[in-house]
Amino acid sequence: MSRRDWLPDFLARLAAEHLLARAADEALLAPALRLVLDPEDWGAAAKVAAHIGLRHAGVWADASEGAGVPASFAANLVAGVAADLDGEHDPQRIAVYACLEHLGGYLVLETAVPLERPVLPSQTPHYPGLDRLERHCHDLTGVVFQGHPDPRRWTRHQAWEEDAFPLRTDFPTAGRSGGRVPADADYPFLTVQGSGVYEIPVGPVHAGIIEPGHFRFQAMGEEVLRLEERLGYVHKGIEKIAEGRDPEGLARLAARVCGDSTVAHTWAACQAMERATACAAPPRADWLRALMAERERVANHLGDIGAICNDVGFSFAHMQCARLRELWQRRSRELFGHRLMMDAICPGGVAADLSADASALLQADHMALRAAAIPLFDVIDDHPSLNDRLITTGHLSTAQARNLGCTGSVGKASGLAFDVRRDCPYPPYDMLEVVVPQESDGDVAARVRVRMTEIQESLILMDRLIRTLPTGKIRVPLRPAPPGAVGLGLVDGWRGEIMTFVRFDTDGGIARFFPRDPSWFTWPALEQLIMGNIVPDFPVCNKSVNGSYSGEDL
Amino acid sequence: MFRILKQSLKTGVVTEAAPATDDAELERLGIELRRHVHARLGRSLAIRQVDAGSCNGCELEIHALNNPYYDLERFGLHFVASPRHADALLVTGPVSRHMETALRRTWAATPIPKLIIAAGTCACDGGEFGVSYASRGAVENVIPVDVKIPGCPPAPLELLRGLLAAIAPGAAPSADPGDHQND
Ligand code: SF4
Repeated sequence: MSRRDWLPDFLARLAAEHLLARAADEALLAPALRLVLDPEDWGAAAKVAAHIGLRHAGVWADASEGAGVPASFAANLVAGVAADLDGEHDPQRIAVYACLEHLGGYLVLETAVPLERPVLPSQTPHYPGLDRLERHCHDLTGVVFQGHPDPRRWTRHQAWEEDAFPLRTDFPTAGRSGGRVPADADYPFLTVQGSGVYEIPVGPVHAGIIEPGHFRFQAMGEEVLRLEERLGYVHKGIEKIAEGRDPEGLARLAARVCGDSTVAHTWAACQAMERATACAAPPRADWLRALMAERERVANHLGDIGAICNDVGFSFAHMQCARLRELWQRRSRELFGHRLMMDAICPGGVAADLSADASALLQADHMALRAAAIPLFDVIDDHPSLNDRLITTGHLSTAQARNLGCTGSVGKASGLAFDVRRDCPYPPYDMLEVVVPQESDGDVAARVRVRMTEIQESLILMDRLIRTLPTGKIRVPLRPAPPGAVGLGLVDGWRGEIMTFVRFDTDGGIARFFPRDPSWFTWPALEQLIMGNIVPDFPVCNKSVNGSYSGEDL
Repeated sequence: MFRILKQSLKTGVVTEAAPATDDAELERLGIELRRHVHARLGRSLAIRQVDAGSCNGCELEIHALNNPYYDLERFGLHFVASPRHADALLVTGPVSRHMETALRRTWAATPIPKLIIAAGTCACDGGEFGVSYASRGAVENVIPVDVKIPGCPPAPLELLRGLLAAIAPGAAPSADPGDHQND
């Protein structure tokens, strides 16, 4: 079955349910196809999609001036006239998008709701992984998702009023109140009742060197009965401060959405802008981007494997991994200019070229890492005390992972081998064979194994990238963006699929930027996989998922 | 077990292998740092790290201070789990408005001398995020800051240098709350 073979079936089922779906200009959000829906059909379409097993890759809204779907679209819908980007926008509407994926084929559903009454049926009842995305969307744009099972706020704490929506045009970037923001003390956590049940609140300031967030455990004895996460503490207004930036400025911001995924997020944002402006980065830039993305994957997996081992007291592996990671980062600084390769990717290409001796150095590094990592991974793989702590711990079933839409190590360890690099390849991965590890145990040990395999596969890929590195330019100037141009970036970061939506305004600046980190779907997975485990195993379970706080809080 | 020993022995002690100039500087900085810690506190410096809104890039580099190359603890510097155990707060990120109160409370819970070190460009001046409806920008907009370590993120050596500045003679910790009162 090829990437889009499921589409006719989906369309037929929509038609059978009397849902009016109109195919729209394919080129706009390529590689995704587009389908324009009536707002009242929004929920029912998700139900059909869930029924045939499409994965939901996220929902977002565009509430700023000139948003997405053209004003006349409703009329044209009836008349059957092409209504895409005719330049006429109704500022009184909020455009809402939902991205679906199956077998590597992407489809974006679009609709629009009036600003005065932005009500839309929720898709969460059919896609539980959307819960927080819809709440985030509501907190920032004011779209009301009717039928959403959880009416509590998510991203908004107390920094702005309940009836104000930062992504609306009338909301000033500086905000409306300069006063001190109180703690979000009255968030109604769900509690478990019963004799012997107690509650453990943790955070937002944690005991380690990690990002802030709140965890509320309901436990009995040592067993976790329920975990509820409360994030949003590092919400920095990224989507709002993106508005009006030029492409370079947006790339710099994207590089700081989530520091450990700086390469992947910058790549996704640049890819979206390049697609919006029909501009392709030169082949050498593609190769260098992939080289950096693989380096980022290796560095983070090394860190995670070490940290997981450390959380169960196996500091030998922690120190070995930390050592290898440090050497790796030093080389990144030497050859790519930055220990995390931040700002190394820019619109139209990459910021700097590799030096002449780099290939030899890198190949020697890859060999050295392989030589050091393989015996280390052997130890980790069958060390009795590790096995005792990691096997069966934090189990996430395939059904749970699929239900939530998990990608990356979490999905792969639970039997979902999706990887954008292989299943919807972008240059240069369209020229490379990407081997995607798949495990079925779904426990912490499986998530460690996925990371160990990915490191080895990345080493193979990087060797190939170096051997086939094209010559030529590393950057082309980005073409001026047509007014209202939109683009979708789809990149596989080390945490999984990153999807980034970009819309330009009429002056070549950014009107809307939405980077969707894979953590949106793995944070809820953590809540599920911790159930029935003991409280002291929470750190290792958390590390094995390693969701990003910053990437989700935005 | 045998494999572990073999790998450990084969790897050796990377901390003391100091071939590059960087590593030599690490030794120099570390030793100087230890002198100041002793002169000033007569014991080790306990640091509590607080992410007040960072992108997590700064955290990665602070973590790196604990790797065998930098091995921060050999200089008497270590990270502690509670502000009540800390001599210093190492704060990263622009202060998000949602973290403002948590940061103030952490500051209030830290005993004197309460050195406050702002790590990273965001913590120093707001960086790429600046001040907005969601961000207070620089750490000093919320609590008094003694030392700033710029860099996006600052590399481990830059962090070490900054820590040195924090406890160098003459750097008076501003424990006086002034108009930065806690809640
Ligand atoms: S200084 Fe740079 S690395 Fe540190 S939090 Fe700010 S953006 Fe992230």
